[in-house]
Amino acid sequence: MIEAKDIFKTFNGRTVMHGVSSTFEDGKTNLIIGKSGSGKTVLLKSLVGLYEVELGAILYDGRDTTRMGRRERLKLRQEIGMIFQGSALFDYMTVLENVRFPLDMFSNLTAAERDKRAKECLRRVNLEATADSLFPAQISGGMQKRVAIARAIVQEPRYLFCDEPNSGLDPVTSGVIDSLISEITHESGITTIINTHDMNSVFTIGEHIVFIESGHKKWEGTQDDILKSDCPELNAFMSSAVRIMKMGK
Amino acid sequence: MIIGQAFDLLGRYCRFMWQVLSKPEKWSVFGQRTLQEIYKLGVDSLGIVTLISFFVGAVVTIQMANNLDNPFIPTYTIGYASRETIVLEFSSTIVCLILAGKVGSNISSEIGTMRITEQIDALDIMGINSAAFLAAPKVLAMVISVPLLVCYSMCIGIVGGWVSGLATGMVPSDDFVYGLHFTFKSFYIFYSLFKSTLFAFIIASVSSFFGYNVSGGALDVGRASTKSVVVSCISILMVNLLVTQLMLT
Repeated sequence: MIEAKDIFKTFNGRTVMHGVSSTFEDGKTNLIIGKSGSGKTVLLKSLVGLYEVELGAILYDGRDTTRMGRRERLKLRQEIGMIFQGSALFDYMTVLENVRFPLDMFSNLTAAERDKRAKECLRRVNLEATADSLFPAQISGGMQKRVAIARAIVQEPRYLFCDEPNSGLDPVTSGVIDSLISEITHESGITTIINTHDMNSVFTIGEHIVFIESGHKKWEGTQDDILKSDCPELNAFMSSAVRIMKMGK
Repeated sequence: MIIGQAFDLLGRYCRFMWQVLSKPEKWSVFGQRTLQEIYKLGVDSLGIVTLISFFVGAVVTIQMANNLDNPFIPTYTIGYASRETIVLEFSSTIVCLILAGKVGSNISSEIGTMRITEQIDALDIMGINSAAFLAAPKVLAMVISVPLLVCYSMCIGIVGGWVSGLATGMVPSDDFVYGLHFTFKSFYIFYSLFKSTLFAFIIASVSSFFGYNVSGGALDVGRASTKSVVVSCISILMVNLLVTQLMLT
């Protein structure tokens, strides 16, 4: 479980996160939604520790990351998997080497065992063995996202963060990526936090949803609650998102 | 204002180097990456070093022959003066300035691209000291390979001078070789290699620093690359002056 308690984040004197609090539970797909520029990525990167928050606390199963030393934080990060918006695969490594990389750095497994585990993860995300020896530039965007998922889960993380995992993907591939993340979350009982503005994701895999606008948490609830919400900002966001979806169809 | 900015830059560079010079997460990975970098930064520079050293050596000898064309000056002086020019300044300083352009821009743009495509964030999330992981093997590879390249450049430069002397008929082979041995001080070789080691450290660390701190897009990577070459060149010239004053006077 991850808890954000009244967190504030400032860039060059401008506050972009205003006292956001929420609890992200284990075994659930937690979604952070909002318009572009609303502060979703800042919240996610603050939760994961890429940004230092000025005020507030971030607790990973009771461990406050804002009070941790560098060593403790590095250790905690080995329990975290993250999927980036642009996949962030290492260009100079093959698909298999990318997935094996965290094991190469931190595990005491033999080379054969590391290869076996990396291949298991690649098969788990439905990637053919023929892709193992290819470089990221030689595979499609959807495949890159799947490799990123495989790399994120190779060390069996306790916490999984996904920054716009569907960005730049067609609706079918987006659905595949959503399903994979949801399945992995439920199989392993990990805490998953997904940052998205894709309403399909909200209605298919969203179990706990946090709506952010201008750095403020405006609404929080479940998939069922969202349609009954009386938050005007959320309703405006939803109606414009649904209108765009209809235009797309 | 400019002095303040310079101190700010120096402070950030020192903090970056503190991170870079910390203990690697895994020595085997560090060793492997260092060997790859020696090949990429050192061995791949052999071509340009050969070409430039040969032709500059040839030109230096011809110019010496023209300027020392006097019955009171013995012909072997041409070999002696060419040797001093190549050993003391050309092979260490000029070759390093050329490498600052070739290798420095390569390092800076590679790390900068990794920054803007979130590959460095991915390393940080895994709990890896990204500054040390990326820059330390490059710094070590340069510190190992540049003095070797400088030795090689000295040999090729002298061969270039000897060939041009023979080809133009300006310097007989025996006189040129006598001049090469005339009042030879092995300390000059040590001085040249010592300063080239410092220059190698400057090129790799400064370029890594500018690449690591890129923010924005492709244009900013280009700007950082240019800046890293300019700052490396200025630093090399300043350190050259200082080391020469300290070691040769």
